[in-house]
Order: sequence, then C-alpha cells, then structure tokens
Amino acid sequence: MTLSRGARVALRIGMIIGLAVIYVPLFVVLVNSFNADKAFAWPPSHLTGHWWSTAWGNGGVRTALWTSVKAGLGATLVALVLGTMAAFAVQRYRFFGRDTVSLLVILPIALPGIVTGIALNNAFRTVLSPLGIQLGLFTVVVGHATFCVVTIFNNVLARLRRLGTRVEEASADLGADTFQTFRYVTFPLLRSALLAGGLLSFALSFDEIIVTTFTAGAGVQTLPIWIFNNLFRPNQAPIVNVVAAALIVLSVVPVYLAQRVSGDTRGL
Amino acid sequence: MSTTVTPGGPVRRFAGLLHRRPYLRLAALLSAPLLWLVVAYLGSLAALFAAAFWTTDDFTGEVVKQFNLGNFQELWNQSVYRTITLRSVGVAAAVTVIDTAVAFPMAFYMAKIASPRAQRWLVIAVLTPLWASYLVKAYAWRIMFSGSGVLSWILDPFGIHGPGYGLPATIVTLAYLWLPYMILPIYAGLERLPNSLLDAAGDLGARTFRTFRTVIWPVAVPAVIAGSIFTFSLSLGDYITVKIVGGKSQLIGNVVYDNIGAADNLPFAAAVATIPVVIMVIYLVAVRRTGALDNL
Repeated sequence: MTLSRGARVALRIGMIIGLAVIYVPLFVVLVNSFNADKAFAWPPSHLTGHWWSTAWGNGGVRTALWTSVKAGLGATLVALVLGTMAAFAVQRYRFFGRDTVSLLVILPIALPGIVTGIALNNAFRTVLSPLGIQLGLFTVVVGHATFCVVTIFNNVLARLRRLGTRVEEASADLGADTFQTFRYVTFPLLRSALLAGGLLSFALSFDEIIVTTFTAGAGVQTLPIWIFNNLFRPNQAPIVNVVAAALIVLSVVPVYLAQRVSGDTRGL
Repeated sequence: MSTTVTPGGPVRRFAGLLHRRPYLRLAALLSAPLLWLVVAYLGSLAALFAAAFWTTDDFTGEVVKQFNLGNFQELWNQSVYRTITLRSVGVAAAVTVIDTAVAFPMAFYMAKIASPRAQRWLVIAVLTPLWASYLVKAYAWRIMFSGSGVLSWILDPFGIHGPGYGLPATIVTLAYLWLPYMILPIYAGLERLPNSLLDAAGDLGARTFRTFRTVIWPVAVPAVIAGSIFTFSLSLGDYITVKIVGGKSQLIGNVVYDNIGAADNLPFAAAVATIPVVIMVIYLVAVRRTGALDNL
C-alpha cells in the first residue's frame, strides 16, 4: 500500500502512544500495590509485599470474592439455559416477532445499567418482598442473568447459523429422537460456543457494579461493591490497591482461555 | 448408544410429538426466555416508567399512585436538571470524539500496516484490558489524577498543575474505559476495506489526506457510528466514574442514584431515568438510517 513515510511514522507513533495510554494506568496500579507508603505518594519510596499478605488474610475481601464467584456462576448457569433456548428459537424458526426477541435480549445491556438496576429493585421490593424473599444473592443472580443472556445468545446464534441443520437431519434419519439428537449431535458441536459465551457472561457478572448495587440489599457484598465501599477510606487503600492489582493480573486468564477455546478473541 | 429408549417409551413418544409439531417445539423453546425477559424484565421496566407518573408525598414519604405529570414538569422547569442533562450529553459526546480520534489511527495501524503476526498480538493487547475490572480502571485514574499522583509527578516539573478531580478527569477516564469498544468496530470495518482501493487512490494521485477523506473515512463511518453507540450510551448512564474521579460534578446517573438512595423518591428517579433512555432511543433511530446497526 502506498502511504507516505510521514503518515506511516505518524500512525506507528499513534499506535505506541495509544497502547501506552492503555497500559500505563494498569501498570501504576500494579506497582502501587507494593507501595510501602500507607498514604498514597508517587513514586513509591519503598516497595513491600506486606500488603499482599494482609489482603490475603482479609476476611471481607474473601467473603466478597466468594459472593462474586457464586453470583457469577449462578447468573451464567441461568444465562446458558435461557440464551441457548432463545438462540434456537430465533435461528431455527420463522415466527411473528422474531426480530423483537433479538432486540429484547440485547435491551438489558443496551439500556443504562442504572435503569435496569432501579427497575429490578422496584420490582423485587414490590413482588418478592411480600413473598418473604429479601434482596440478597438470589436477586443479584436474577439481575445479572438478565443482562448475561445476550452473551450466550450471540455465541450460540452464530454457531447455529454456521452449523446448518444437515447434521441434525442426518441424526434423525438414523433414528435418533429430538433429545438424542441434541445430546449426541448438537450439544457437542455447541460446546465451545457455550464455553466462550459462558466465560464472557461470568466476566460481565463478576465485574458488574451498578445493577448489583440495586439488587444486592444491605447484607450482600460482591467484590466490586467491596472495592467501591472501601475506595474512599484512606486506611483501606493498601488493601484496595492489592485487590485492584490482583484483578488486573487475573484478567489475563479469560483472554488466555478464550484463545484456547475458540482460537479467536473476537467472541465479544 | 447406551441410553437407547424403547420405541414405546414415554420420552420417545414425547420426542415424537415434539418432532411432529414444530410449533410446540418453538413454544417450549420460547417459554422460559420470554417469561424471564418479557414478564420479569419488561414488566419491571414498565412498572418503573409507570411510577414516573406518580408522586411521593412530601410529609409521609409514601408513594401516591395517581397519574400526573408533576415529575416531568419539575424536570423541565428546574434549570438545574437541564444543565445536568446537557452536561451529561456533552460528556458523552466528548468521550465519543476523543475515543474516535484515538481509536482511528490505532485501528488503521492494526488493520492496514501491522504484519499479520503483529496484528494478532495487537488485537489481544487491545482486548485484554476489557477483561480488567471497570472499577479497577476507574481507580487507576483516581491514582493518576490524585494530588500526589502520577500526572502531577509528570507535569509539575514543567510548572503545569494536573487537572485534579473534576469533569475533565471524568471525560478522560470514561474515554479510557470505552476506548476498546471504539477500536474494535473500526478495526473490523477497515479490515474489510480492500487494499486495492487505497492503491488505486494513490495511483490516481491522491495524497494521504485526500485518500483518507475520500476513500477511508466514508467506508469507516458506519464502524465509527457502531462504536459511538457504545461510547455514548455507556457514558450517558454512568455515575460511578464521576463519583471516583469527578469531584463534586454531577451527571444524570447521580441524580437518579441520589433520588433512589438519600431522597427515597422512586417516582422522580424514574422520571429522571427516562432522560437517558429517550436520548438513546433518538440516537439509535437516527443511527439506524446509516445502516451502522448491521455492524454490531
């Protein structure tokens, strides 16, 4: 391609600066978690690993982490079931309102989180509270599942479109009934799409704070809520730093898994 | 097969019934998702927006379920809400413009200049921070902007004071948070642009800028719009970042939040929450005409 030398150099510099802007703040958080000063000061005068062991022993962090994992797994499980069902319906059938279903699945993630959050909060308090179900982990799972469905839906939809129906027809011709075909033919072919979607769904749930704020009630703290509640407390700063740094390091895991699962990072 | 069912078994008969009646299958498939999304989710939304037409009794704090437009009148008449709405839209627009300006050269470099190997790594490099927590990234900028933070450390020797917490810090942080959502669509769009078009423009004598204006930009516009949907809508509803780096600044999200929490005035919060929804719907309808929604 014929680009002037100047333009090439300028673009290369733009790329480098862009990547620097993306990574410098993350790097600062990592370094800062080893900052020996309790009051934040940059650059750190001494480095220490002390805060990491303090954070590891912190009960609040552990409880919050465990809550987040439970919420993420619960929401992903619900999303897997609902998203797959909706994807099958939309991909394999022609019916009135089919486009509306696709739109409906995207809506919870397209609307501002605070709208979804207060809508669910209001509904839970008026419908579930009289039944004796208070805001808690269950309502968090319900809230998260609502916006996680789209990740599974998109992945399964794309996979079904690519698969076509021939293998399923072959399976039926060989005498398998609907359930056997799903279990032995369709499901194994969907597995990697489900994994990729599930991974994204878990990550979305694990990171969510706005809907969580409105659905968690007073007693339940997910990790993001714990971070937010402690963000403005100076004496908790070292532990917040460590948690933040740990989350940055952990964010490499899903990228690696996504690479392994699909060989394609554009599963978003 | 280990689980072969006898031909007359109930499971097999049920499967046969499903097989013969596609509409039964469809109904079964749609039942749970629609029950969840229509009844639970749309129902909650509808109830919320119905509540926008109610009021809260000033003395008892009870919600008065009587239709009136008082909340919307207050939103319209009080200049503070107009200011906050304009400020939020301004922030969202600024974030979108900054992200486009930063993302475009990066996406172009990734799509057209980098070698295929480098391309793969660059996509991963741009994607990885997406998995890092939203809150952690906002916190990172709190450290960057803090009084004894990294920006002051860099800028002070030059005699410049860092901007500190406030609206500019909010815009920078939001732009940082949503940058990958802008890079990826533009990258995907430019990757589809054939190199031969760029060569042809060069052969016909177009310089870099002219090629950009007449060949690259028109092809990239739908992708930019697709990215802008993310950057714009995500910025419009945000209230957490403002709390972390925005100092005392308020956006629409904060007004909603404060009315739910401290003021406990759900009807008014619901009315305020309609503002970003209406703005986004207008934006999406306008965008639909450009065909950018197919790029999502």
